Amino acid sequence: MSVIDSSPAPVATPSPAPVSARPPLRRSNTFWRVLPLYLSVAPFYLLFAIFGLFPLCFSLYLAFHKWDGIGAMKYVGWNQFAYLLTDTYFWQAIVNTLEIWLLATLPMIGISVVLAFLLASPLVQRKGFYRVAFFLPHITSVVAIALVFGSLFSNQFGLLNALLTSLGLSRIAWLSQPWSMKIAIATMILWRSIGYHALIFMAGIQSIPVSLNEAARIDGAKSTQIFFHITLPLLRPIMLFTIVTSTISGMQVFTEPQVLLGNDGGPGRAGMTIVLYLYQQAFGSYHFGYGAAIGWGLFVVIVLFSLLNWLLVQRPGRRA
Amino acid sequence: MAGFQMKQQYHRPFNMQCKGFLLHLILLGVTAAAFFPFYWLVVMATNETSDIFSYPPKLTFGVHLLENMNNVFKNIQFFAAFANTLFIASVETTLILFFCSLAGFTFAKFTFPGRNTLFVMLLVTMMIPSQLSAVPSFVLMAWLGWVGSFKALIIPGMVTAFGVFWLRQYAESAVPGELVDAGRIDGCGHLRLYWHVALPIMRPALAFLGIFSFIHAWNDYMWPLIILNDPAKYTLQVALSQLDNVYGSDYGMLMAGTLMATVPLIIIFLLGSRHFIANIAAGAIKE
Repeated sequence: MSVIDSSPAPVATPSPAPVSARPPLRRSNTFWRVLPLYLSVAPFYLLFAIFGLFPLCFSLYLAFHKWDGIGAMKYVGWNQFAYLLTDTYFWQAIVNTLEIWLLATLPMIGISVVLAFLLASPLVQRKGFYRVAFFLPHITSVVAIALVFGSLFSNQFGLLNALLTSLGLSRIAWLSQPWSMKIAIATMILWRSIGYHALIFMAGIQSIPVSLNEAARIDGAKSTQIFFHITLPLLRPIMLFTIVTSTISGMQVFTEPQVLLGNDGGPGRAGMTIVLYLYQQAFGSYHFGYGAAIGWGLFVVIVLFSLLNWLLVQRPGRRA
Repeated sequence: MAGFQMKQQYHRPFNMQCKGFLLHLILLGVTAAAFFPFYWLVVMATNETSDIFSYPPKLTFGVHLLENMNNVFKNIQFFAAFANTLFIASVETTLILFFCSLAGFTFAKFTFPGRNTLFVMLLVTMMIPSQLSAVPSFVLMAWLGWVGSFKALIIPGMVTAFGVFWLRQYAESAVPGELVDAGRIDGCGHLRLYWHVALPIMRPALAFLGIFSFIHAWNDYMWPLIILNDPAKYTLQVALSQLDNVYGSDYGMLMAGTLMATVPLIIIFLLGSRHFIANIAAGAIKE
């Protein structure tokens, strides 16, 4: 493990650097030398061709056909895409997904960065304990989380309503109101992801040279100043990584609303997300062709928002 | 670093102590928030539904755990689901470890025509969202006759791009080229080099990938939900959601089932947490 930590090699470069400067023992690419090498890496490409690439191409084909999964496929041209653009349920699903993503991601990033900063402080001992505790929610199955939080947010006798009652407030039908359904889903995502991201940010903070912080301290900087002027700017690459990955996973939220609210996304479809809509259309109503078209809609949404994030996070970097 | 911290402890001024105390207070608060749903899960699993849904609600452990567990066993094939999940997760993890380490080692320590192109292709595939092709993947499984079968859950995921990438990164720095050369001079074939030279050295990275893959397979929900149609073949996650759909009002039973499905994973995580946490953060930083 120490080897991993000490090796600096950044890996996101498009072409991996040559493995070692030493020339290989034999340079001849004889058939019998390279055959075992190709066979060793082949399984991934074989599987990807069958279970990755083929479905991808086939989904484009499907998106141009009307098909219930049993009868004959009927070519309908761009009709399903045209319908997708006017489908109010699809747009509602996009808006819901974005709202849930905003409700979950903005607090998540803010809280986890601060948490990482606090945890990285040299005043904190027993970091190992906190790490395990913070990470535990992330390994718990989303189904289990949705079931437990479902009882916390339960309309009648949930713990949250019991708390409200004991404070003298009136109960809220958490799982029936459009906004509170989204809050419930976002809370689950928050609970599951804060600790995980805090640990990632903490690793980033610990890779900031200690001398920088010490120099700032000697110059009389307070902790908050160090946080805003040293930690945050230097965390930007990791911030980008976090925002992009949480956008990609945020656009694909499925299990939380499906378990908590059912295939229709709850009352008024307020908890309907894009992937849940895809699932409902394809596997609930057997609109296979339309489900494939929704898949491509999802793809476009993910690409657009990843680009947007990238631009937003990159721009301040150029100015600085 | 550690020695430096120790020294600091003895000479720490009062306001530093206050600060440290405050820090711990905040962190303990967050820890409590992270633990609370687990606590509440146990409370619900050990009480009767009427206790949970009374006002004021019962906030302490009860004595009805066995009764609730029995109700789970009566209503769903819990042991079958447990065995199915264990089988799928174990087989898939084993296959991932084997194929990914073989490919990762080969990418890291050997040159062959097209190697870099192949590796870049592998990285690109990681960016394709899997949900995009849920429908055509299902149709493909139907053509292969794999709907309802574990093959549909295990085989497509038995070599992952992330696993190959991760183990290549590790093998590149951890497996000494001299050792590979020495093995070759001694007449080792590729498979023996892999098995006797590379694999033992890659063990820490394999531990991380193994736990990661196992947890992933154990918790997978959408794909098993689409593929599995026979209750006897359900995985735990699918079985739990069915239990929720049919008997959602019996919270004591539902939570007993959830508890039994969650505890094994927590144990595995706690046993391997050392490897796991250090590596997952390192992976993100390096990307």
